[in-house]
Amino acid sequence: MMFWRQLAVLIVELQNLLRMGRINPPASINLFSNLSGKVSRSTGSRTRSRTISPPKFRPSLIRRVLSPDILAPGAVGVLAIAAWEIFVHVTNMPPYLLPGPILVFQTLISSWGELFPSLLVTLKVTLIAFITAAISGLLISVLFTQSKWIERSFFPYAVILQTTPIVAIAPLIIMWLKNDTFLALIVCAWIVAFFPIVSNTTLGLNSVDHNLINLFHLYRASRWQTLIYLRLPSAMPYFLGGLKISGGLALIGAVVAEFVAGTGGSQSGLAYQILMAGYNLQIPRMFAALFMITLTGVLIFACLTWLSNFLLKEWHESAIKREN
Amino acid sequence: MTPTITLSHINKVYANGTVALQDMNLEIGASQFVSLVGPSGCGKSTALRIIAGLGQMSSGQLEWGQGRTPKLAYVFQEAALMPWATVQDNVRLPLTLAKMPKREAMAAVEESIAMVGLQGFEKCYPRELSGGMKMRVSIARALVTKPDVLLMDEPFAALDEMTRSRLNSDLLSLWSQLRWTVIFVTHNIYESVYLSQRVVVMAARPGRVVADVAIAAPYPRDEEFRTSLDYNHYCRDVSHHLAEASLKGSDRDLQIVTL
Repeated sequence: MMFWRQLAVLIVELQNLLRMGRINPPASINLFSNLSGKVSRSTGSRTRSRTISPPKFRPSLIRRVLSPDILAPGAVGVLAIAAWEIFVHVTNMPPYLLPGPILVFQTLISSWGELFPSLLVTLKVTLIAFITAAISGLLISVLFTQSKWIERSFFPYAVILQTTPIVAIAPLIIMWLKNDTFLALIVCAWIVAFFPIVSNTTLGLNSVDHNLINLFHLYRASRWQTLIYLRLPSAMPYFLGGLKISGGLALIGAVVAEFVAGTGGSQSGLAYQILMAGYNLQIPRMFAALFMITLTGVLIFACLTWLSNFLLKEWHESAIKREN
Repeated sequence: MTPTITLSHINKVYANGTVALQDMNLEIGASQFVSLVGPSGCGKSTALRIIAGLGQMSSGQLEWGQGRTPKLAYVFQEAALMPWATVQDNVRLPLTLAKMPKREAMAAVEESIAMVGLQGFEKCYPRELSGGMKMRVSIARALVTKPDVLLMDEPFAALDEMTRSRLNSDLLSLWSQLRWTVIFVTHNIYESVYLSQRVVVMAARPGRVVADVAIAAPYPRDEEFRTSLDYNHYCRDVSHHLAEASLKGSDRDLQIVTL
């Protein structure tokens, strides 16, 4: 699976590449102006400072594609795929044991008509569960930080929910929600996805600069104001970090639940395709479905990374491009 | 207009038994610039926090002249800015919390930013600023509510010497225009003498006031004052009191050092 990891890196890089309109730090800030006492008055607007400084820190697209950050993992990926293909040919490996990448790709295209609708089903479960997890996770964290007692009383149960193997409880959930397999799948994916968000966001809401808390206290800020103007913005990087973990987990949760649910229901996801392909020894098709799941995971991660960088680009270390 | 502050017999004992303040008495007149100087652990920051209402005293009394609690502003050692907000929004924070309408608030913000000489940087984020500029934002935020009393807790301790002296001069010129009452906590003798009308010397373990030195030099104090004989004289006086305090104190480590 080395290749998929490389592909993930590649896609993240590509997405970085496509991101336009990065902010340049206003070049007109003179760090010594507070020594000389002269503060230039003309540096107010961002557009103005842009026209003053040419965008030096944005290399051309071709240069970036040829940068080692993309070239190196790209080369590794190509080599690995080539080695895989050669290995399959040289050893005369039967495709029901290990299909070559070219065959997998051909199968992906020929079975696109069946695989793609399944992908949409899985994606729908994943997205609904993920969004529900994000919203409920945030609300639960806020509730936790409003009172130490609530956190003390309920946090252990959030941990228990997290540590219970989803494979073990998925059959129960599916049985309980017998009339609605779709809902059962969402519940399973939600259980897996929501804990990282709760855990991270709670940490973030509690990691507020103490001087700022004092300042809010001094200006008699209400609990609500402290939450809106201080705690939530402070917790933002943590929340987004939680989202990045949960995005992939929601997908895994959805696929695992589909596996457990088996062939039930008219709407069948990618796990169903993998199961059926396995039963029929259509291993290339299984690989193709697996490839779609992995690619979806990578895309979810890339989207969330982009979102995180977009929201934090002005101030958080994680999203600030270094200039050297 | 600015009120007087009277601290009488203030004691502060922490839960672990540490006596942070022992029978502290201090009277600060209207519009005075007073420095609290002392070694770390002498309770100078504790005293400031009690005055600000950020900490509770164990016993004693804190009285404001004219019978009303004045508008306070506090400047921390770190700039304590919100990294996600622009300079403008950081300065506006106290007004936002007081629910002042935006137009009115923006006028005050603009004025405050101009006072500390940061025009043109309104839309910058804190990470784009140098340490001295961040501290200026912090001061602008303190001034935006037009406070009566300015409490400063080692505000320039983390800055380099040149930036510090520049900010000291600017602070003095603002003070001579706006005449807040200032309580300035520092461990820097030279800074305290340059700025204040009074330097209150404190000693540690237990934290207490040991001397109250009046700095009679007239304002405005320019760079010349920093090299004058008077200035040196005051510095020596204050440092003498500090040394004496550590000799008399119950602090064993310090006694060994001075032997």
